[in-house]
Amino acid sequence: MPNDHRAAANDFSIIGKSVAMVDAAEKTTGSGKYTDDLSLPGMLYGKILHSPHPHARIKSIDASRAERLDGVIAVVTGKDAPNPFGILPVGHDEHALALDKVRYVGDNVACVAAVSEAIAEKALELIDVDYELLPAYFDPEESMKAETNLIHDNKPNNLEKDYHHVFGDPDKAFAEADYIAEGRFLANEVTHAAMEPHSTLALFELDPHTGKLGRLTVWSSTQVPYYLQHKLSLVLEMPMSQIRVIKPLVGGGFGGKSEVIPIEIIAGIAARAAQRPVKITYTREEVFWAHRGRPRTIVDLKTAVKNDGSITAVKARVVQDGGAYCSYGVVTILYSGALLGALYDIPNIQYDGYRVLTNKPACGAMRGHGTVNVRFAFESQLDEIAAKLKMDPAEIRRRNLLKPPCITINGLRVQSYGLPECIDQVVTRSRWNERKGKLPKGRGLGMACSHYVSGAANSIIRSDMPHSTVNIKIDRDGGVVVYTGASDIGQGSDTMVAQVAAETLGCALSRVKVVAADTDLTPIDIGSYSSRVTFMNGNATLRAAQEVKKQIAAAAAKKMNCAPEDIVFRNDRVEKQSMCGDGSLTRPGGAQLRSESPENAASSAPTVSGRVEGQILRGSLQQKRKDEGPKDSMTFEEAVVAAIDFHGALSGTGSYAPPPEARGGKHKGAGVGPSPAYSYSAQVAEVSVDEDTGQVTVHKVWAAHDCGRALNPVSVEGQVIGSVWMGMGQALTEEMIWKDGLLMNPGLLEYRSPSSVESPEVEAIIVESIDPEGPFGAKEASEGSLAATIPAIANAIYDAVGIRLHESPFTPERVLSALRAKRNAKPLNLTEGVDPTAPAKFREHGGKLCFKGKGPERHEFDPARQPAQPGGTD
Amino acid sequence: MKKELIELRVNGLTHELAVEPSALLLDVLRRDLGLTGSKRGCDDSSCGACTVLVDGTPMLACTILAFSCEGQEITTVEGISEHGSLAAIQKAYGDWGGAQCGYCTPGFMITVKHLLSVNPDPTDEEIRGALSGNLCRCTGYTQMYTAIKAAIEAEKKGMAAG
Repeated sequence: MPNDHRAAANDFSIIGKSVAMVDAAEKTTGSGKYTDDLSLPGMLYGKILHSPHPHARIKSIDASRAERLDGVIAVVTGKDAPNPFGILPVGHDEHALALDKVRYVGDNVACVAAVSEAIAEKALELIDVDYELLPAYFDPEESMKAETNLIHDNKPNNLEKDYHHVFGDPDKAFAEADYIAEGRFLANEVTHAAMEPHSTLALFELDPHTGKLGRLTVWSSTQVPYYLQHKLSLVLEMPMSQIRVIKPLVGGGFGGKSEVIPIEIIAGIAARAAQRPVKITYTREEVFWAHRGRPRTIVDLKTAVKNDGSITAVKARVVQDGGAYCSYGVVTILYSGALLGALYDIPNIQYDGYRVLTNKPACGAMRGHGTVNVRFAFESQLDEIAAKLKMDPAEIRRRNLLKPPCITINGLRVQSYGLPECIDQVVTRSRWNERKGKLPKGRGLGMACSHYVSGAANSIIRSDMPHSTVNIKIDRDGGVVVYTGASDIGQGSDTMVAQVAAETLGCALSRVKVVAADTDLTPIDIGSYSSRVTFMNGNATLRAAQEVKKQIAAAAAKKMNCAPEDIVFRNDRVEKQSMCGDGSLTRPGGAQLRSESPENAASSAPTVSGRVEGQILRGSLQQKRKDEGPKDSMTFEEAVVAAIDFHGALSGTGSYAPPPEARGGKHKGAGVGPSPAYSYSAQVAEVSVDEDTGQVTVHKVWAAHDCGRALNPVSVEGQVIGSVWMGMGQALTEEMIWKDGLLMNPGLLEYRSPSSVESPEVEAIIVESIDPEGPFGAKEASEGSLAATIPAIANAIYDAVGIRLHESPFTPERVLSALRAKRNAKPLNLTEGVDPTAPAKFREHGGKLCFKGKGPERHEFDPARQPAQPGGTD
Repeated sequence: MKKELIELRVNGLTHELAVEPSALLLDVLRRDLGLTGSKRGCDDSSCGACTVLVDGTPMLACTILAFSCEGQEITTVEGISEHGSLAAIQKAYGDWGGAQCGYCTPGFMITVKHLLSVNPDPTDEEIRGALSGNLCRCTGYTQMYTAIKAAIEAEKKGMAAG
């Protein structure tokens, strides 16, 4: 039972206390180094030639004019590294540089390495590529009808993957339902837009014996250094042991750096050809093409309920516009179905998911991976049902709660479940009961819930390897070095690791130094994605620290003439338990503490062995003299010296693999969705709607998030607020707008990432359900809140002005047109005669492929080809 | 383009450099002077990550020519620490979650520093307005407001350094 491991926050000295991130000063002083801040002697700058066509065969590439340009050292193309790769083992469909075909505007064709960026850019214009245009597909439902000119030859109907799951007996439940709600929801495409553009620096060392190129070192803005090492090894045909990947500071990821982006491999190919270090940094426009964001998603959703509000069945048909490559697509489409479960108790589920290829940049993983757009549909529809049944939206959610511990109909194990308290909290804080439905016209409140995994229970590359391993080494002066593969991308994982180590060892946080994400130094951690790091790397850190602690305890016990299990580590001291005041001592920690029971500790306590005579240093001799006779209390440093004298060295390793019972069912695709624990979120949004302009303003969002235990509350709040804010961006303004496969708004202002004046106050409320398996009870905090924000705002708009918006973002145009439809007024067609996804006029963007009133050149048989419109040159 | 000599005064030091007349201030700071604190987050003055003070006015270093700053006093994020330790706003951003990934932070440091120098006790509205030229993708800005208020408090108490 979860409660077995409850310990009050005041039992901890570091856990549960807000601390500044360990790298805060590096960030506020500008001294911290991100990849683009690095440079090496002799370093060249790489620039990439991108495809101007959405779908074309490459007939020939002639780079000879570029190669002759003074200052150009190397030009590389697909032939220089023809091996395919992709983040998923089933999706090795990409090449770092296109081999025979380009599949989206922006696809990578060639790379120039030159002594300056200006020369490299000039050289790009001298590369002659002869393309044969092919018909292109931009709409997923059209794309699925394709029979010829497929985007990938081995994917009939341009269908990347489809899944059809039936759990329980949905047909029967629908037949017996009291009420059925049905609707189509559409969520447009959004992207991460992390502030740091992707950057990679690659360096080959010379082999000392042959003088040829030897080991490769890559610094890269990545969330997954170990996957990068693996993919580099595949494409460059080098053993992984010859490749070192280092992750410097990363300026935000949100999933956009959670797979290997071609630039990261291209830098390696160029450095190999040039025999000099090469750095490539994307321009902002290139970041938009690299994309890997959240796909445009069509959700056809049907929910069956009884009159008492209980949900009896759900049917969802989901179509995702996945772009030109698989990327994380197969996982995304599975998450969309799997996480219909584990939030509410739904006994019957039918899911049909289609991941479709189109000639646009590949979509991938983005914060709330796969769950967000379906959650928008589900929570909006639940609000419609509540209105229909005249039931309070909070009440209908309470009537459908899970009863954990339980396993859902689709095989997800739920243990800790803070959703009921989350709902209570936001109801109280927003004064929901007093204010809902009673605000002046034009202003409203809306509620929604969401959840997310605390790491995937099954890794991308299936194996029995632990998902995280951490090493800890303690120096003679009590300095604790934690070697972790966890990738801090701004979420604060280095700080989390330091806190967990310090709490477990009872030492000061300032003793802990974290060495992270360097494949030569740190043991494998599979990366910062699926919100897995606190849970998995935190547990590995906890175990490594416990292993070292055991060694220190054994040595200290000898000094104190007591049993190791009587030793307590606290406040930077190591003491006999009886020394600790009232004796009501609780041992902090999660489930792992079970292994610390007296029997275990005694049986695994080291016997006298490790001590190496003759290696006792002067300090320890002095220490020894001081320590004559037993004592009851030592400083952490003294205990460490004693342990090093005793064992010879002080280091420990801990690792974490999700337990088999958390790994899900047996059906096809069952691997995606299961997690050792789920986070929960409930939110209330307060909005106002201007009925004349259609402008929606969010005034405040109350967001209660069950993170298990908040290890660092200020960081947890920051993650929750950031998620809600990003959800608000998707709800109101953010949208990638396409015309014939060309992105119309590849800039931060045009994409409309909200600025401070458009951002509401978000009140983050931490709910702690204390997970039985999380480190100190912790679960994820960074993704689960995003999905609820969009439907909370949609439901608040309904409360304010009585319209249901089924397409995000809720732009003034969409709000106005829904308001007019409600009044039975003639629909306002603002984009009459134009591609509905593309308004007629745009500010031209300063990039290479500026939109000049017509899309890229089209094949003459292309069905989407339009005759030139008179005066259509902008 | 042929390089020409330029004298740039940055963070109180004068540098004599040979740069192309078309060189942007951001590139000169980052490449020629190794002051990589100012960041490039976009290509078109959208994001504010490259904000520096030019004669006390916040400017976007990605869209001004280095040559146009000759004879002016440039302050980058590297120049705002006080007496060798963190300025109040730097400490407060660390303590209150004002920085997550940190990439936009140097730009915010300059913007906030300027705000507080011209308006030591700004209203919430004024803070929002002042920050609106800098984009952040992590924080949703909320914790920055807390940090700014904490920094103002610290300044008032004369506890600028931490």
